[in-house]
Amino acid sequence: MSHDGTTSRPDIERPESVYFFGTCLVDLFYPEAGMAGMELLKAQGVRVVFPQGQSCCGQPAYNSGYREEALKVARAQLDYFPGDWPIVVPSGSCAGMMSKHWPDLFKGEPDEARARQVASRVWELTQFLVQVLKVKFEDQGPPVKITWHASCHAQREMGVTDEPKALLRQLANVELVELQREKECCGFGGTFAVRHPEISAAMVGDKVADIENTGAKAVVSGDCGCLMNISGALEGGKKPVRGVHIAQFLKERTHG
Amino acid sequence: MGETSINFAKASSAALQDQQLRGNFRRAMDGLMSKRAVQFADTAEWNGVRTLGASVRLRALSKLPELLEKLEANCTKNGIQVHWASTTDEANAIVLSIMQRVNAKLVVKGKSMVSEEMHLNAFLEKHGIESLESDLGEYIVQLDEAMPSHIIMPAIHMNTKQIAHLFKQKIKEAEYTEDVAQLTDLARRVLRKKFATADVGISGVNMAVAETGTLCLVENEGNGRMSTTVPPVHIAVMGLEKVVEKLEDVPPVISLLTRSATAQPITTYVNMISSPRKEGEKDGPNEIHLVILDNGRSGIYADEELRNTLRCIRCGACMNHCPVYTKVGGHAYQAPYPGPIGSILMPQVEGLEKRGELPHACTMCNACVEICPVKIPIVEIMGRLRSEAVHPGDAVRGAGSHASKAEAMVWKGWSMTYASPLAYQFATALLAKLGNAAPASLPLLKEWTNVRAKPRFANRTLHALAREKGIPDV
Repeated sequence: MSHDGTTSRPDIERPESVYFFGTCLVDLFYPEAGMAGMELLKAQGVRVVFPQGQSCCGQPAYNSGYREEALKVARAQLDYFPGDWPIVVPSGSCAGMMSKHWPDLFKGEPDEARARQVASRVWELTQFLVQVLKVKFEDQGPPVKITWHASCHAQREMGVTDEPKALLRQLANVELVELQREKECCGFGGTFAVRHPEISAAMVGDKVADIENTGAKAVVSGDCGCLMNISGALEGGKKPVRGVHIAQFLKERTHG
Repeated sequence: MGETSINFAKASSAALQDQQLRGNFRRAMDGLMSKRAVQFADTAEWNGVRTLGASVRLRALSKLPELLEKLEANCTKNGIQVHWASTTDEANAIVLSIMQRVNAKLVVKGKSMVSEEMHLNAFLEKHGIESLESDLGEYIVQLDEAMPSHIIMPAIHMNTKQIAHLFKQKIKEAEYTEDVAQLTDLARRVLRKKFATADVGISGVNMAVAETGTLCLVENEGNGRMSTTVPPVHIAVMGLEKVVEKLEDVPPVISLLTRSATAQPITTYVNMISSPRKEGEKDGPNEIHLVILDNGRSGIYADEELRNTLRCIRCGACMNHCPVYTKVGGHAYQAPYPGPIGSILMPQVEGLEKRGELPHACTMCNACVEICPVKIPIVEIMGRLRSEAVHPGDAVRGAGSHASKAEAMVWKGWSMTYASPLAYQFATALLAKLGNAAPASLPLLKEWTNVRAKPRFANRTLHALAREKGIPDV
């Protein structure tokens, strides 16, 4: 469900294969989250293809005002997803860039139709697990209290709000305590964090305080930008709370 | 207006140090957000009225020149004198000439953001005319010789204690009290006297109806009605985008406005002003003037995408929901319109040379877009302005003024690397090997590590892991 209560997207048939778009942040900083995402999909009997030619959705340059440069990088991705399979992305933000902003970015370009076609096949990972694969997890882990950080773009661009929490609630030994301000941005914002470091620090400071108030041992999120920011602040502030990507958390709890 | 760049980063840094201020905003904005959510709890109703409101504004903008002419004709027919101003200087001069003709010495003002845009109070003061704000929040801010920090709640940056001290210090007859009712009563007593003796009343306009020549004004304190009916002359100032086509367009827009702004189904006063006092009537001003201000708006109108900025009905909800505004408060923006709408409007009105930093005062979280009652694609426009700021062009004044050769080189290098699988895999493999050796004192990394641990590159990239695990490539 998206924020305005409409169903986020029409259902599709369960596919035999999917593409996995790992994202550049996962590639460099959280490859274990990417592997976990692929293993979760494989465990559901889906063949996962990881095109080695992929790199980045182009969002960093796009949001910085460098659209030509973003277009060049986005265009380079198009070749690697030729099959008519869904493209699953372990990030609401990168998925949002591809499915919502690529159509604008490619507007008037000779490959606009192709870009739109690729964009229309993009799914955020938890959305795909819930809506298409209808996964049922069995919790294998010890009791733990966690909280959930909702990524802005997952919520507001991909319409993913309830799906990740529904997955976490399937885990019998996991107690999910919601944040007081779950919908509020953590202050990452891509280049915002370094362009306005003090404001970003204040934002993530509020987020950390909110997380601490829940008494959770871990904060789970579906976006590595948020995670890098929040985990970095937790670690920098020596807080005994672990930041973890939802794919990795689900994998750990269910052994794939 | 000078072209020196306004330093948002510096001002916000100062604001962040002020714990009292941060607390005031956090509490106030949390309250406003939850109250608004109650007003729009029925999602289907919200979607319906929002779509209607957006379509009213879109329709008005789609025939703006025609509607403005119609508004002028119908106002004139009703006895309202219409004046056109392309700049704030022209608008101020028009107001002054009316004042001088009636020999005005004292003006009472209802709340008007356009008058803030004009810096009207300071201008009138320079010409020996006392201009008194009669909206309680505006009155407080004026006493404090400050700027409004929010377009709906101008004194929201202050708490009761601070206001109590201010009143004690600035109002002769005041005794120190933190009782809100007593403070309000004190301001009321001061203002009442002024209403009775004011020569001119000034107000803003929430909406002007083209087909009837009616000026709509919503307010809660009655000061708007007093300012527009007691003094013998009423001058209304409005931005040229505030016109709607028909009378039936008013209810959905007012409903969206008051529920979004103050979480009220309707304000205490809704003024529909259609003419000066007619023969035989016992109250109302003898003259009404409507000053319609352009100040860059027709330039915004010329661009189809940027035009959406002009849909705004000035409810201020984007501020209340903005995680950046909530942290730094309104003053950091140093603009009559702060927050998300200010960050897209000010650069277009005053040019990117001066305001080019504002579109970056945003994490692109889309919280504002989610609640905007007229569906302004604020974040899309933010992105467009970021692009305009670094690329010369003629759509926005000052386009290209923030271009930096170094930054352009970085993005060029980035795109060359990221668009080539070979270069990308080489670069990422290198970072996986050597990236963690980068010292935390490097630019960018330094800003990041002020409050955060250094991000750690993984030993092997996802590409490498996928290959090792035999995940198919095609």
